[in-house]
Amino acid sequence: MFNASLKQLSSQLAEKKISSTELTTEFLNRIKKFNPEYNAFITVNEDISLAQAQAADKMLASGQAGPLTGIPIAQKDIFCAKGWLTTCGSKMLSNFISPYDAGVIERFNQAGTVNIGKTNMDEFAMGSSNETSFYGLVKNPWDVAAVPGGSSGGAACAVAARLAPAATGTDTGGSIRQPAALCGISGIKPTYGLVSRYGMIAFASSLDQGGPMAKSAEDLALLLNVMVGFDPRDSTSLQRDVEDYARDLQKPLAGLRIGLPKEYFAEGMSKDVESAIERALDEYRKLGAEMIEVSLPNAALSIPVYYVLAPAEASSNLSRFDGVRYGHRAQSYSDLGDMYRKTRAQGFGAEVKRRILIGTYVLSHGYYDAYYIKAQKLRRLIAQDFTAAYQQCDIIMGPTTPTVAFNLGEKSGDPIQMYLSDIYTSAANLTGLPAMSIPVGFGDKNRPVGLHIIGNYFMEAQMLNVAHQYQQITDWHLQSPV
Amino acid sequence: MTLTVNDVKRIADLAYIEINESEAKETLIQLSGIFNLIETMQAVDASTVEPMSHAQSVVQRLREDEVTETDQRELCQSIAPQVEAGLYLVPQVIE
Repeated sequence: MFNASLKQLSSQLAEKKISSTELTTEFLNRIKKFNPEYNAFITVNEDISLAQAQAADKMLASGQAGPLTGIPIAQKDIFCAKGWLTTCGSKMLSNFISPYDAGVIERFNQAGTVNIGKTNMDEFAMGSSNETSFYGLVKNPWDVAAVPGGSSGGAACAVAARLAPAATGTDTGGSIRQPAALCGISGIKPTYGLVSRYGMIAFASSLDQGGPMAKSAEDLALLLNVMVGFDPRDSTSLQRDVEDYARDLQKPLAGLRIGLPKEYFAEGMSKDVESAIERALDEYRKLGAEMIEVSLPNAALSIPVYYVLAPAEASSNLSRFDGVRYGHRAQSYSDLGDMYRKTRAQGFGAEVKRRILIGTYVLSHGYYDAYYIKAQKLRRLIAQDFTAAYQQCDIIMGPTTPTVAFNLGEKSGDPIQMYLSDIYTSAANLTGLPAMSIPVGFGDKNRPVGLHIIGNYFMEAQMLNVAHQYQQITDWHLQSPV
Repeated sequence: MTLTVNDVKRIADLAYIEINESEAKETLIQLSGIFNLIETMQAVDASTVEPMSHAQSVVQRLREDEVTETDQRELCQSIAPQVEAGLYLVPQVIE
């Protein structure tokens, strides 16, 4: 049962072959058994999960059920969920029981899904290895010596280890796609503005976007159908007609023009990743797609630009954590300023502090134009590169990450090496383009490789079609480490 | 650009994060490396390019000025570090 697709689970529930309570209990038991090793979850609350499962069983019995009613979903601990400890992986929020639901959580609740637990993550989503979490590192279920990626490392681990049928993630520079690639699962960051950011603890507001993580493209389509939708409480939420993201899954790919950016197939990509990507592209040729070389001349700028803009926005967003209204407060202090300084010194970990300091510096008097405005100008050049590329092709492909999962501890002392893990992914956040990763085989040490698929704005249904067709002729997405 | 320990202390002060001498020195080494990476931006001339602050060029929505939230003070203050009589307590700031 734990290997079943969402569609299979949905029909089993509809046909009363299994109840949501049974399904939820099975996954809770798997979490009990495997989480002490993987540390994929920060909080599990059997009482709430089972109460939701019972409510779902009533919905199913009364014929009120939707496609995902009764299915357990692991929620990244960045999404506020009423009555749940919501920590964002930080000591700062280690006592924060959310008084409200995020827009995404509301939508899942309305769909009748079960919250199976809150997943571990890099602190405030700042990291690419899940090693910055106050709640400890997460292990990669394919190889427990390896990182699961980050920041949605707990979510990726939970899906790969079959501790949940599917999970939510958020992606500011690659935080859905990079862990999906490293854990051999599928994940999509939709076009900026499609998924509500209300109640999704902010890191860099102009880059943050929630999205689903699951075994297959078909599962992702069903999850997007729940997650996407206008929310007036998010000032950048887009008002668009409702789409069925599964509508094009079966379309043939003959004539599809796949753009291969020459900058992504240059030095930097390791040989094992390259050969897995090449084999995946061969499958696409078999499916009738045409390969076109395109160029993104400013691709190398995406990391420096990202590491100005994301910390700048973070330094502003994280100023709300001051120990006054919620969260951690220092035990002793001399005055208000000292209370702020001690609270923030104690509540934030090293990487979060580092990024707040970078952001504070680039926004400070005398440096604003040289760094912040300059980065915003280059952001436009990066976006223009993609606009030009999409004149020649329908969709862009490349590796999600330059290497397979690295070892735990290997890069945790070297921030720059860690930042370069997002070399291929951060451009999609800067531009707001939708992008996804799907598993396409294994590289060194039998660790998974992800294919990065970047679509044009609002082309999620096409991207899912492109991924699904590949998953019809391959079985990488069905393989699991358990 | 060369950062100094005093720069690090000044930024930490602006960001309201307490930092001691040895932390400032360690932070300086890491921030200097990161700023070397960031400096690669300066090789590109973008003087004629319009800054892009956001992924979508949409106009900010406005809404009617009306009450949309109900009073949830007790719920919200139930998770506060220190409250009294419905007020958040902080160290005295006015003599």
